[in-house]
Amino acid sequence: MQEFLQQVLSGIASGGIYASLALALVLIYNAMGLVNFAQGEMAMFATFLAFTLIGRGMDYWIALPLTIAIAFVGGIVIQRVVIRPVERAPVLTLVIVTLGLATLINGLAGFFFGYLPRLFPSPFSVQTIDIFGAAASWQDLGVIAVSGVVLVLVFLMLQRTTVGLAMRAAAHNPEASRLLGIRVSWMLALGWGLASAVGAVSGIMVAPILYLEPNMMQTVIIYAFAAAVLGGIESPLGAVIGGLIVGVTVNLAGTYLPGVGGDLQLAVAFAIIIAVLVIRPNGLLGRRAMRRA
Amino acid sequence: MGPRLAAAAAFLVMAGACGSSSGGTVATDVGITSNQILLGNTISQTGAAAAYGTIANAENAYFTYINSKGGINGRKIKFVILDDAYNPAQTVPLTKQLVEQNQVFAMFSGLGTQDQTSVRDYLNTQKVPQLFVATGATTFGKDFNSNKWTLGWQPPYQGESHIYAKDVLQNHPNAKIGVLYQNDDYGQDYLKGLIDGLGDKASTMIVDKESYDVTSASPASQLAILHAKGADTVFVFAIPKPTIQSLAIITGLHWAPTIYVNSVSNVATYMKLAEKSGAKIDGAISVGYIKDPTDPQWTNDDGMKLYRQVIANCSTCDANNGFNIYGVAVAYTMVDVLTQAGSNLSRANVMKIASSQLNETNPFLLPGITVTTTSGDHFPIMQEQVIQWTGDAWHLQGSIINERGTIK
Repeated sequence: MQEFLQQVLSGIASGGIYASLALALVLIYNAMGLVNFAQGEMAMFATFLAFTLIGRGMDYWIALPLTIAIAFVGGIVIQRVVIRPVERAPVLTLVIVTLGLATLINGLAGFFFGYLPRLFPSPFSVQTIDIFGAAASWQDLGVIAVSGVVLVLVFLMLQRTTVGLAMRAAAHNPEASRLLGIRVSWMLALGWGLASAVGAVSGIMVAPILYLEPNMMQTVIIYAFAAAVLGGIESPLGAVIGGLIVGVTVNLAGTYLPGVGGDLQLAVAFAIIIAVLVIRPNGLLGRRAMRRA
Repeated sequence: MGPRLAAAAAFLVMAGACGSSSGGTVATDVGITSNQILLGNTISQTGAAAAYGTIANAENAYFTYINSKGGINGRKIKFVILDDAYNPAQTVPLTKQLVEQNQVFAMFSGLGTQDQTSVRDYLNTQKVPQLFVATGATTFGKDFNSNKWTLGWQPPYQGESHIYAKDVLQNHPNAKIGVLYQNDDYGQDYLKGLIDGLGDKASTMIVDKESYDVTSASPASQLAILHAKGADTVFVFAIPKPTIQSLAIITGLHWAPTIYVNSVSNVATYMKLAEKSGAKIDGAISVGYIKDPTDPQWTNDDGMKLYRQVIANCSTCDANNGFNIYGVAVAYTMVDVLTQAGSNLSRANVMKIASSQLNETNPFLLPGITVTTTSGDHFPIMQEQVIQWTGDAWHLQGSIINERGTIK
């Protein structure tokens, strides 16, 4: 029983990591109706910026908002410079552009910061607490709590503000939105900026656990995709729930399903993606899919 | 050809042969000219194992040092380093490029178990020396007879595990062992060595073994299983990042087992990183065979002084990084072999010396360790010493342990 509980807790901890990045994926999907394969790399790069600022002697609590602001502007700049020229191109073109962006950012990070894993400071204690005999670290719980806060902010922004409504409208029906006077292209840029900022929060929160290096987010993003798809790719709440379910499922499958072990964890994540797409393409909380107009 | 001309020709040949010791005029094999020896290398300077990339730069620093002293019998070493990102799919074309376009004399210190395995057949077919590969996979020494152009250098992983097995049997005979290992050739090699070393005790002492995949975010789940199975001794057969994570996670589980860390991850920098993340690792055990640049006992050691002089030739190399002294040490052996080959710089002769005639005292290795090969033994380094982590540093324990002849 204690082993089961430990696996669930450790799965929730990993799930928090997946959820935090999945939130950024959901945001970008809401903005442009596509996922951004460079999301993880952008988050990693922002974390390196924070690392550099802190290394230069800046206080953590100043570096954190400053990095988020830089990431926000950076996301907008990337959209304006790289994405905008191909904004109306076929979906495949956009996917390839974001894949290329991922490779580029990864390489730049390696060039500027090197590949040695680095310890990133955490606002949460490395101590653990006992929950019915199983251990959970404050860092892990902190990641989940911060994801929760980001979730609420993202939800309020998308559902309760005019800008959020305009963003969703621009993604769903660009032509109609344009007719209504929404500046569709800038809504896209705003989406990129917000997703980039949320990604930066994710990177800064998970770096103390995963250790900061250019490949930090490479596997996380696959689990984050599974989380976002499972939750319904448009739903922020779905992304968080999906993340936790993926984390726990992967752990329990590895522990109790014969033959899965530690080897096939990634395969479990892919199995979740495929199963959701086949059985319930809209995910747990997503609405019925609509074609891009 | 008249007799007079023949005599003149013979004189010219002799002059050429004599000249080769001080300048050399006869190219004796591909990649050798009168003033240059061309060596090639593939290593991960980007990607998941990029931390190892500095090794090639350190090797180049040693060659630069040797070149500044006049080179080897007048020939300077040129070293071409290509980045394969730890991906065998890139190692193959890059190695072919070095062999067929750059026309290297030999491949030197290519890194990675899977990567070097993927080009072993090719290099053996082409009869190009694949010297001193940077992996401890046992196959590179054990299977020499079917791959006569390939040779390892560092102690084989199985030999290292044998030493751990001895240490456990001697100091913790009632240990309940849990093993975390990487799910590839490298991790399984270590695991096999441990099982072999424990002998008939293996099945009772090892309570559980869990594998992890390099692509997973964290080995937390596997460690929780080992903890739940009641292990009080943990072997972490993992590359640096999951090792650091494991050490922190173990402490986080309120668990204080005896910990064994494999030599490929025991660099002091990483151990300190784990400590800073909350890991309590006092008493952790590993093995060493190279002098640790951060260990104050070597401050006035001639080998360490030479290392610091050599590594100054590499502007990007951190002198305190253990990977760099590894690079300088293996480059030393390469230069040793080329020097011994003298004027007979054929690939076959160099391979013969490396695989069966090495008897070298390497100034960068722990005192008492020799780099040795014979016609029946193709593991250059087979001695290691147990080290224990106490008070922020590794400390040598006991004496050098010789595993020569234990791998059949």
